[in-house]
Amino acid sequence: MLDSRIIDQLRQIVGKDQVSAEKADLICYSYDATQQKFMPDVVVHPQTSEQISRIMRLANTEKVPVFPRGAGSGFTGGSLPTKGGIVLTTERMDKILEIDEENLVAVVQPGVVTEQFQIAVEKVGLFYPPDPASLKFSTLGGNVAECAGGPRCVKYGVTKDYILGLEVVTPTGDIITTGGPTMKGVVGYDLTKLMCGSEGTLGIVTRIVIKLLPLPEAKKTMLVLFDSIDGAARAVSAIVRNKIIPTTLEFMDGRTLDCVKQATGLQVPDAARAVLIIEVDGDREFLDKQARRIADIIQPLGVVETRIAETPEESEALWQIRRSVSASLRKVNPDKYNEDICVPRSKVPEMIRKVDEISDRYGVPIVNFGHAGDGNIHVNIMIDKKIPGEQEKAEKAIKEVFEGALALGGTMSGEHGIGIAKAPYIPLEITPETALYMKTLKKALDPNNILNPGKIFLD
Amino acid sequence: MSKLKDLEDYREEINQCVKCGACRAHCPVFGAEKHEGRVARGKVALAGAVLDGEIGLEAKVLEDLSQCLLCGSCCAQCPNKVPTEEIVAAARRRIAEEKGLSSFGKGVAAVLGRPKLMDLLAKTGGTLSHLLFKKVPENSGLRLRFPAPYIDADRTLPPIVAKPFRERVPEVIEGKPGMPTVAFFTGCGINYMYPAIGEAFLKALKFLGVTVIIPKDQACCGLPAVSAGAAQTVEDLAALNLAALTRRPVDYVVTACASCNAGIGKIYADLGDDYQALAAKTMDIFVFLVKHGLPEQLAALPKAATRTKVTYHDPCHLRTRGITKEPRQILKALPQVEFVEMAGAGTCCGLGGTYSVYHYDTSKQIGAKKAANITASGAELVATDCPGCIMQLQDSINHAGGKAQAVHLLELLVAALPDEK
Repeated sequence: MLDSRIIDQLRQIVGKDQVSAEKADLICYSYDATQQKFMPDVVVHPQTSEQISRIMRLANTEKVPVFPRGAGSGFTGGSLPTKGGIVLTTERMDKILEIDEENLVAVVQPGVVTEQFQIAVEKVGLFYPPDPASLKFSTLGGNVAECAGGPRCVKYGVTKDYILGLEVVTPTGDIITTGGPTMKGVVGYDLTKLMCGSEGTLGIVTRIVIKLLPLPEAKKTMLVLFDSIDGAARAVSAIVRNKIIPTTLEFMDGRTLDCVKQATGLQVPDAARAVLIIEVDGDREFLDKQARRIADIIQPLGVVETRIAETPEESEALWQIRRSVSASLRKVNPDKYNEDICVPRSKVPEMIRKVDEISDRYGVPIVNFGHAGDGNIHVNIMIDKKIPGEQEKAEKAIKEVFEGALALGGTMSGEHGIGIAKAPYIPLEITPETALYMKTLKKALDPNNILNPGKIFLD
Repeated sequence: MSKLKDLEDYREEINQCVKCGACRAHCPVFGAEKHEGRVARGKVALAGAVLDGEIGLEAKVLEDLSQCLLCGSCCAQCPNKVPTEEIVAAARRRIAEEKGLSSFGKGVAAVLGRPKLMDLLAKTGGTLSHLLFKKVPENSGLRLRFPAPYIDADRTLPPIVAKPFRERVPEVIEGKPGMPTVAFFTGCGINYMYPAIGEAFLKALKFLGVTVIIPKDQACCGLPAVSAGAAQTVEDLAALNLAALTRRPVDYVVTACASCNAGIGKIYADLGDDYQALAAKTMDIFVFLVKHGLPEQLAALPKAATRTKVTYHDPCHLRTRGITKEPRQILKALPQVEFVEMAGAGTCCGLGGTYSVYHYDTSKQIGAKKAANITASGAELVATDCPGCIMQLQDSINHAGGKAQAVHLLELLVAALPDEK
């Protein structure tokens, strides 16, 4: 329980309607998509950077931890109030401040929902490519904090590639700005990049300057069925080797396909054991040619069937298959560990074989799908936690999956972040010297360990 | 013990919520309020916490649970199809059981449960506004069906008719031999406020030669009582309607109100076999008309030289039950209509049964988004299939200073039908 004096001070800073210590509200801000639960002491809805600055100063004086939160849709617990204290949600800072069509730059508050922003810029013929699966509800502030990715990142890169500058409230309550609206800028350290993916441990983003692209004229979607996952994985390498970077290159393995077939009644030949969904974008006349070229390149690799969407509705139907995956998986087992390893693109076939071998050895179903085009594989370990011993098996399997990815020159997380879920595994990837560098930075910027403590690195 | 499901019966569904947050993109209330307690994920978490005894039915829990339109938008988009609107309705029944109905809910139960009283109240004054100010007690259930204006003076409302629709028409209207026989479940909106929709209904079915029975003793469908958590009232009304609608053999029970369609077609299904049979026979008017070939007959009519731009609003109680194509099929076939699709056609208008009574401000904010979409579509008319939606849409358009009129699709339809020979 927080001293009521502190809650009163918070009310003075943001107004009484923007602060709650009632149990019902605390329950509503105790979880995220990891489904873990930690009760905060108070929930605060600030509306300005000045308010956030004053909250951080108060928190430092009173030594109360602060947990920043966007939509609470993360998969690794980045926003969970693991030590009680203050949940600081930016969901009401939800204004698009500027869309500058002359300079292809936009300025937003952190609580703007990603898809809402995309719709707004597309109305004027502009384009913000990062498309995390949660884009309909996750916030841009959260996307920056986690450096969110998505299917289109194969061609267009991830969130940090579109962030030109930020306004940030530091852990001790200063308001700083990083970068700016120019395409170039080398004055001082690149704090913008440092903030991207720092998981709310180094500062709270209060304003975001975003780089935009011209909206591509058209896109073309194709779905290709393969007789083996190996064929599909080799197709990914073959496309890239032929100097073609599609907008998206999503894959689903045989087990995923089985789940989708069972859940949605999708009709595909029995011989199909893997799927690639490939999308290209650009000038209309160029797309047919590129789609045909891709089809030719991958044809020898065990293609069972190719479906090319001719209309936006057909394209949407193909994407619907991909989007139905997550819900379909629950038919396998009720509990899921959703990992997001990333390996060099050419290593995807090898990584898939490795995961299959781990799955067989531990006797736990592992379902693979994801962004094959950039080597980012969603490895889903499906278990029933109610069965004794399952959880332990899953945890051992996860560790081996991580070790396998690292051995191939990959990383244990491409886009979900570390939070608390992966914190125990950090030493597998980061050397003690690198970890010390990072922790030294954190300690210097947040001497009282107030801002999102216990995330990324275990205390 | 009510036959309607208890909160406990939803434990499994509550546990199915994986807290992904997808509902945040679709909940109209969350869109207006930006608070996790207002969105399905928060309400499901609270319902779970109540079941686990972690929290009691304290004021804040009641407030969050009251902040739900029961529109079903969240469930339609939920990866695990968690039926939040059912969970919230069950939670409200639990609240009513443990804390008693609110004074407002009591009024709802008292009036809705007694159709004769409702008739009497409506007849006494000629207009409900007059009547409500003078004679109807503050907690009258009529305020549920014809809500907020009497609480909030700036609301646009249709006048209450002196003679309810069902008293104006014979109980049986014979059609042509070989055509089906249907019972017309009018609902309160058509009976007391919009008799013209009822007349249009009869004209459309006469055109096809369908025999129509309009049972005089039918009552409110009970959906407002579901929203208020008044379980016993729901069951009493269901029993009245079951008797009224099955007295004569009919092929279908047809509705021209989305909420009534969901009331009889969905809610009753939990009450037993007879009710399930009734639910299975219940059909929306436009589904019925499409099934009986009306769009083809309309398409054969010559197109008008100048056509009116019309858009369509999906009532939640049809959209969540998959009825979105048929009304558009009819609309597109009308010779005097140029159909335009508006953005967000499928988002709730913000009425939500009892919702707009408790939360008129939020309801207005949700309606304002709808009004903006209607204006942006360039439509002169917004057609829909629910008297409640018509009322809310017109109120929202008026508040926004828009020019469009909200109408029932049936009124447009009968304007296109050739005059009787």
